[in-house]
Amino acid sequence: MLWLGVLYLGSLAALFITSLWSVDAFGGNIERIWNLDNYRDLFTIEVYRTITVRTLLIAALVTVIDALLAFPIALYMAKVASPRLQRILVIAVLTPLWASYLVKAYAWRGMFASGGPLDSVGISPGYGLAATVLTLSYLWLPYMILPMYAGLERLPSSLIEASADLGAGTGTTMRRVVLPVLFPAAVAGSIFTFSLTLGDYIAVKIVGGANQMLGNVVYDSFLTGNNLPFAAAVATIPVAAMLVYLAAVRRTGALDSL
Amino acid sequence: MSTPAVELVALTKSFGDVTAVDGVDLTIRDGEFFSMLGPSGSGKTTVLRMIAGFEQPTSGTVRLAGQDVTGRPPFARDVNTVFQDYALFPHMDVLANVEYGLRVKKVPRAERRERAMAALESVQLAGYAGRRPTQLSGGQRQRVALARALVNRPRVLLLDEPLGALDLKLRRAMQLELKDIQRDVGITFVFVTHDQEEALTMSDRIAVFRDGRIEQVAAPADLYESPASPFVAGFVGTSNLLEGEAARSLVGRAGTFSIRPEKIHLGDEVHDGDATAPGVVHDVVYLGSVNHYLVRLDAGPTLTVLRQNLRGTTDEAMALRGQRVTVGWAPEHVIELGADQQLQKEES
Repeated sequence: MLWLGVLYLGSLAALFITSLWSVDAFGGNIERIWNLDNYRDLFTIEVYRTITVRTLLIAALVTVIDALLAFPIALYMAKVASPRLQRILVIAVLTPLWASYLVKAYAWRGMFASGGPLDSVGISPGYGLAATVLTLSYLWLPYMILPMYAGLERLPSSLIEASADLGAGTGTTMRRVVLPVLFPAAVAGSIFTFSLTLGDYIAVKIVGGANQMLGNVVYDSFLTGNNLPFAAAVATIPVAAMLVYLAAVRRTGALDSL
Repeated sequence: MSTPAVELVALTKSFGDVTAVDGVDLTIRDGEFFSMLGPSGSGKTTVLRMIAGFEQPTSGTVRLAGQDVTGRPPFARDVNTVFQDYALFPHMDVLANVEYGLRVKKVPRAERRERAMAALESVQLAGYAGRRPTQLSGGQRQRVALARALVNRPRVLLLDEPLGALDLKLRRAMQLELKDIQRDVGITFVFVTHDQEEALTMSDRIAVFRDGRIEQVAAPADLYESPASPFVAGFVGTSNLLEGEAARSLVGRAGTFSIRPEKIHLGDEVHDGDATAPGVVHDVVYLGSVNHYLVRLDAGPTLTVLRQNLRGTTDEAMALRGQRVTVGWAPEHVIELGADQQLQKEES
């Protein structure tokens, strides 16, 4: 537990400390001089603000789409399917996780390509933000389905029966019993989908056209710009966003039952 | 006579190849405390679930207050259920749980609050309105489940082994309380249990289930004193069966007979005019207020004899082990049983 804390929090602390240094403009060496220049740039230069807002919006959108897609799938798996079909479906949901991330992203690139399968039926959005959102939603969908499935699995059928018994129709039972009980599971899933999207920079490169997300800025600052301190400052944004998100989630009490 | 609360006509339910309920006909009167008693797997819970609407019968009809409700979903039936696991909503407090039925039926807030509080008071939980179900004991949860069902004033209340998870003392107290509540509200209770003592304590009438069929429907005393079959005699109370050669020599004619353990007298307690039989005390089982004596008769069968520990010491009772004794019973306490339905089927 201690080691976990040291390793995990230690690297985060290192990240934060690095972000407070700067880079020698000529030699490209890191100068260990404390300053907030990196953060000043981040907040004052328009393009970084745009990218930050865009990344947060994409992460939120991916989370909402995944929640909407995962709920009926998880409900069917947990409450409708026979035990045999249930096992098959769990495997089917898990299988894509074994395939390489890159392969799946390139597969979607093929889907969106002009002359590709989606384009031939006239519904391809082309490379861009829409394609990025769709691809990321696909990639992280299992991380939303599995906690929801586990949550529904634990939901006793007698609760649903009791609701019907007390006069509630199917819609009311969903709204008043199933969804509230499922809320913590959905939150658990959303932590995955939200944070994985915040940190992603590959999918947007493959299907996002010229668009950038925060991950790309980190990547480019570090490898192309050779500016590790600035990359560290950019990387602090998703960490901060995640901390804010977790704090908000905590207030709803959803984490208590995890 | 008023319309029966529940009528089941030729009700059958199959799960795949298994017939869980096999042609049940049953009439439950308005306002009675009716129990469905049977071992697990006898179909009693499935019958209850078909009355509630959670299961659809494979064939047959369910009528509530004269109306055919077969095929109607649970929310369109004027019945409420107390579940075996209570099925309280974990994300709501006690008051919200009790209000739930009224809320989905759009009862105005002030009225539903008042009715829910009254229901909680009737189960002595008025002070617990703000608690979560997880903060309650088993017995308290059980009362909340009861209040949640009763607040809707259903025509029929269905109870699926609601006392099964409680310890013996609490169960006994709840049995009497349930009966009191039923008398007060005047609602028809249909109570599923595998505990014969529970059924005898509370019920106006009892249906004994076996393998998806009803073996006998009768008031508790009639069920105990004149069981219709060896199965009922054995399931409701302890029964000493006499059949075949033993029946002929002890009762004097062919047939299947039963004598309850408390109706058999031992040694010096045998009255004049009793039928008597000699035997050996095979074992003595000490049960606190009573002892069971297992007497192996010379004629063959072993009878269980019950004697209250009114006189004598436990040591004296235990000393009877291995002794020759005479047992006796009044001829009118010999119950003649119809042959078992199952046996009839096999023989035919």
